[in-house]
Amino acid sequence: MKTNLLEICYLIGSVTFILGLKMMGNAKTARKGNLIGAGGMTLAILGTIVLFVKKDESGVVNPGYTVPTMIYGLIGAAILLGSIIGWLAAKKVQMTKMPELVSIFNGMGGACAALIGLMEYNKNLGHTGASIAIVLGIIIGSISFSGSVIAFLKLNGTMNQPIRLPAYNILNTVVMIAVFAFGGYMVINQVSSHMILCSLFGAAIIYGVLFTVPIGGADMPVVISLLNSFTGLAAAFGGFLYGNKVMLTGGILVGSAGTLLTLVMCKAMNRPLSNVIFGAFGGGGAVAGPGADAKGSIKDIGVSDLAVLMNYSKKIVIVPGYGLAVAQAQHVIHELELLLEERGVEVKYAIHPVAGRMPGHMNVLLAESNVAYEKLVEMDDINPEFEQTDVVLVVGANDVVNPAAKTDPSSPIYGMPILEVNKAKNIIINKRSMNAGYAGIDNLLFYDPKSSMFFGDAKKALTELVAELKTM
Amino acid sequence: MELIRQAFSFFGAHQEMIYFIVLSVFVGIEVIGGVPTVLHTPLMSGANAIHGVVIVGAIYVMLNVNPSNTLALILGFLAVLLGTLNVVGGFVVTDRMLEMFKKK
Repeated sequence: MKTNLLEICYLIGSVTFILGLKMMGNAKTARKGNLIGAGGMTLAILGTIVLFVKKDESGVVNPGYTVPTMIYGLIGAAILLGSIIGWLAAKKVQMTKMPELVSIFNGMGGACAALIGLMEYNKNLGHTGASIAIVLGIIIGSISFSGSVIAFLKLNGTMNQPIRLPAYNILNTVVMIAVFAFGGYMVINQVSSHMILCSLFGAAIIYGVLFTVPIGGADMPVVISLLNSFTGLAAAFGGFLYGNKVMLTGGILVGSAGTLLTLVMCKAMNRPLSNVIFGAFGGGGAVAGPGADAKGSIKDIGVSDLAVLMNYSKKIVIVPGYGLAVAQAQHVIHELELLLEERGVEVKYAIHPVAGRMPGHMNVLLAESNVAYEKLVEMDDINPEFEQTDVVLVVGANDVVNPAAKTDPSSPIYGMPILEVNKAKNIIINKRSMNAGYAGIDNLLFYDPKSSMFFGDAKKALTELVAELKTM
Repeated sequence: MELIRQAFSFFGAHQEMIYFIVLSVFVGIEVIGGVPTVLHTPLMSGANAIHGVVIVGAIYVMLNVNPSNTLALILGFLAVLLGTLNVVGGFVVTDRMLEMFKKK
């Protein structure tokens, strides 16, 4: 009876996952979809706790078994603690830190899956199928965990330069072979050795680090999406082990959806996944790009001149980037937009698919400051309009407007579709300094004769611009 | 040859499971198809929350643990804690992202 009821809970949970994920693909139903998934998850968790039935090794039900109260206490405490920390972290953290948060929560899931495997290994000796699921769960969960932690540190700014380890490819391959060697040995020989178990765990953790550390720049969202699907896969292996349908559904769904999402993100950058993972982006750090000698000079423009230029324009396009988010200048830029529109200037925002740290980052940021949804124009729609644009204001964006992506085959971003701002009549770039952007490469746009640099912290500079415009 | 026969009999014995996996993979792919770029990040966050279902496994392990096995108790507690972080954190972050999408 209890078991059947639990299976029904799991069925409902599985349905809510599929339904929820489907609804999240549409802006109108997205929020509800998330809530539905959360509801199904809660049901599955409660059911697991309340409807537990003890079975011995051969699957025979042991009706007389009561779970010690202490264990219920520990489970309750863990859930309470996790809920409080998770809720606070998710609610309080700045919008700009969302990507980091997604990464770290992903890592938690991976670690959970790995721990399950570690705990179950000794109990399942002698069963090859179970051992395979356990070993794979440990490997994939651990890689996802350590990889996510590294991604978190990189997005956080704690780990800035893509680190190029010596003989990286050899190191990577050796560790990967070690992981599979330990795993294979354990499955084939069914050995109960703590040392081999820990070695497998350790090697997988190290591989996760090696996998993520050399990847930098705009590739982080892709990596996080990939690690997301890894954790889904690890959850699926757990489900396989226990014959637990809700873990299987949730895990496979996320594993497959996550993989497809990763491929779709790669397509938006016009770079194959293999290039993202194995072709470490750029040379690390602020290395001058090729042809660094014959570039030309840069001009800069002051607040009053810029205000005049913008005040008498007919059409202005703003290109927001990560710098806008960092400076928290989204409210000021909205003020600027409204002020200009009052003066009869047409203002639009050009949103590149990988602007910011995650797809949709800029949309979320600008929505936060109440910018009308219709003003955000996707790259393919706005590119043809640049020829008729009087002023392009690039705020905190760099790689997404770098013409090297079209003209320089040796550039790491070559082939990535960009916002063709160099077709506009005037290009104004707001940056704090001449330091290289996230990708660490030189931006040829700065040297375009139509370009002028508008130096300063985005929030401060834009506030001054607004003040200047108000005096006119 | 023996290996091939073993593989075939594995398939025969686990047909439903294999169908289940194949169908689930297709569902995952279908669900993502045609999603606008702007929703990629919330979708990824939502999927992140859903794979927190791994907590169910952690709870199951804990309920089965021998109370005198301190190491297992500690690891189990940790696993449930981590799983909860994934679930609660995941759904709340996703909700915050989607909050921004209300139509004006």
